[in-house]
Amino acid sequence: MSAPGRIFSTDHKRIGLQFFWTGLAMTLFGALSALLIRWQLAWPWTSMPVAGGLVFPKSGGVPSPEFYSALFTFHGTLMIFFVVIPLLTGWLGNYLIPLLIGARDMAFPRLNMLSYWIMPLAIGCLFTGFLVEGGSAQAGWTSYAPLSTNPNATPGSLHGQSWWLAAIVLAGVSSTLGALNYVTTVVKLRARGMSWLRLPLTVWALFLSACIQLAGLPVLTAGGLLQLSDRVLATGFYSADGSPLLWQHLFWFYGHPAVYVVILPAMGVVSDVLSAHGRKSVFGYRPMVFSMLAITLLGFMVWAHHMFVSGMNPALGMAFGIATTLIALPSGVKVFNWLATIWGARLQLTSAMLFALGFVALFITGGLSGLWLACTPVDVYMHDTYFVVAHFHFIVFGGSVFGLFAACYHWFPKMFGRMLDERLGRAHFVGTFALSVGVFLMMHQLGLAGMPRRIADPTVYPSLRHLVPLNVLITWCALGLAAWQLLFLANVVWSLRRGPRAPRNPWRANTLEWEAESPPPHGNFEAQPEVERGPYEYDPRSGADDFRPQAARLSPRR
Amino acid sequence: MRALVATLFALFALLVVWSFVVAPGRGWAMPENVATLGASVDELFDQIQWIVGAFFVLTVGLLAWIVWRQAQGGGGSRSPISNHLPLEIFWTLVPGAILVWLALVQIAPWEALKFSNSIPRAADGTPKPPLCEVWASQFDWHVLYPGADGRFGSVDDLHSPYELVVPVGEPVVLRLGSRDVIHSFFVPSFRLKQDVLPGRATLVWFECTKAGTYDLMCAELCGWGHYKMAGAVRAVPRAEYEAFLAHKTRALESNGVEDRK
Repeated sequence: MSAPGRIFSTDHKRIGLQFFWTGLAMTLFGALSALLIRWQLAWPWTSMPVAGGLVFPKSGGVPSPEFYSALFTFHGTLMIFFVVIPLLTGWLGNYLIPLLIGARDMAFPRLNMLSYWIMPLAIGCLFTGFLVEGGSAQAGWTSYAPLSTNPNATPGSLHGQSWWLAAIVLAGVSSTLGALNYVTTVVKLRARGMSWLRLPLTVWALFLSACIQLAGLPVLTAGGLLQLSDRVLATGFYSADGSPLLWQHLFWFYGHPAVYVVILPAMGVVSDVLSAHGRKSVFGYRPMVFSMLAITLLGFMVWAHHMFVSGMNPALGMAFGIATTLIALPSGVKVFNWLATIWGARLQLTSAMLFALGFVALFITGGLSGLWLACTPVDVYMHDTYFVVAHFHFIVFGGSVFGLFAACYHWFPKMFGRMLDERLGRAHFVGTFALSVGVFLMMHQLGLAGMPRRIADPTVYPSLRHLVPLNVLITWCALGLAAWQLLFLANVVWSLRRGPRAPRNPWRANTLEWEAESPPPHGNFEAQPEVERGPYEYDPRSGADDFRPQAARLSPRR
Repeated sequence: MRALVATLFALFALLVVWSFVVAPGRGWAMPENVATLGASVDELFDQIQWIVGAFFVLTVGLLAWIVWRQAQGGGGSRSPISNHLPLEIFWTLVPGAILVWLALVQIAPWEALKFSNSIPRAADGTPKPPLCEVWASQFDWHVLYPGADGRFGSVDDLHSPYELVVPVGEPVVLRLGSRDVIHSFFVPSFRLKQDVLPGRATLVWFECTKAGTYDLMCAELCGWGHYKMAGAVRAVPRAEYEAFLAHKTRALESNGVEDRK
């Protein structure tokens, strides 16, 4: 294949890997910005290493408060829209959906290619913000109006905010195209015998998260265009004469379901990994599917829980508080079913399994702290404090990112035809788990003590000065957590070239992708697979014959 | 590896429990509540803490135990089951009932905190008028008392930058406003937070139960100087409050009226 053919490919696997490498590269910037944020919170107004000297040569590397605002805006935006969403839907969705349902490719391969190639444009817009007068956007990843619409409200709102909006709108278009593709592919291209209730939970999860994107994203994209219009065409949708709250509603209408877009695929991956590496069927397949359906539907009825103290009608807040409390139920059902899945299993403590188990522990923690936030009177206190930051990092880092690591260790052999080093992988897990607890656990206590998020220097408030040691501890853990990821990078780089060759089915798993070569050629399967059973027929008793692949025989290619 | 991972999860569970148990003694918990409505918030917090704590210890403890038991290299269960309807019903209904209870008990305190009909009434039954206006702007709090004529926006208004002085032991109604972007009026010790929107007057109320000075924070990102938008609430006995107003009035009369907004 020619070089342009490899780069501008319509093969779902190649596009999936393009999302993988792009997401990984963006993670480096996301992590760097997180460390700079932590540096400022631990040692306010001291010279920032590396970035400080580059950005503030005049002040000796001491950051300005507006640069701090740009940092957390960049960090949140990048991690949500350019790391976890592209990785969980762009990488996993593209790579896995056709393989797991036994299709040769996506329903719309060209649309698929377009959905990837919009991303570099969006990323370009996001980074361009740093070069324009006033600097990058500084209104937070939520970009509330009128801070974001009034060009004089903060330096980043001068020009940077428009570039931020362009990035968000483009990323939204990219995800919408991808989601359209995933939904159509799952509905139309399942192999013969792959009925809905034989789909692996990973496919169910990717399908439902694509449904969420299809229903929710156009609202945010349109909302973003309206904000751009307020800024560029001097309209007043979100000004004090219009309604600043309108932006909040439009933003959270997708901004909240986006949380489920990034947690559902991780839930699906974890279910599959626990089962395949535990040599036991997923417990309660149907309740697992129904609870994900419930999360998808209820997920659209809770967005205004981000707005309990916004000045929205409190009667509305009450209704959203009740719906938010109830959405804990399907998540709880999933936790119980995961525990029942590994109960009586024959756990193989592979790196993939360890990250799946770590996901369960951290997701439980992040889910439970959500109960305080769902309770409206308590949320009045917690809102916009570090308690919220702790809560969603347990979900997005402990949940989504641990799910991504589990997926990477599980499917790396299929994607690259090489095995990752398991000893390095297990060491990667132990350090990542311990250090991420070190980073995010005590943020609960910071929030309880009243520390608001997004403040550049908590020592301004007398009642927060005793929290400095906690902030220093968290920053050291964050530095350690970032350094520890070098183990993962080294493992990937080394294994890509030197790892042992992967057989077709190294984990002795049931799902269809393991029938194909590692890595699968264009078109995936030598012969069209026919599905005869569900994906989870494992036998936890020891034995060589402890699994029954979904495709029992391969029919000749049609 | 099995022992290491099981220990890791068990230690994690202990650490989480420890971090919440020792929090009050180390200033890692909510500061002492000094407002009447805050008591219901603290009570809800404690009730949820028991529920969350029980589920957390149960599930993460079970996770550590399962790793310890099921990863020892031998075979798994001899008669594995992958479906159990009564069990599914059990672990749907029990947490479901707890969540419904939780959804219902928050209604009354929420109503007391935020509904406009909960605003205290004066002796004649009409809603109590605001004691003062609090104007938020980048990056300060400006408190405005109505002065002798009882009306806001007149020449005898009394100004108190950054400091809100209120009488202790009485219901106090405030009218909040913003001159530019969205800010948020947050007094942790009162369990009170309310976003302040430009172009809109927002009423809040509280009754402080203990004299003292409390941090007033801005909790909504409002621009580059958001972090330094610090103010204070000083709750003082009625007599001292009157003296404060009298002092402000004298200062106004001796300085003229140029200090209008």
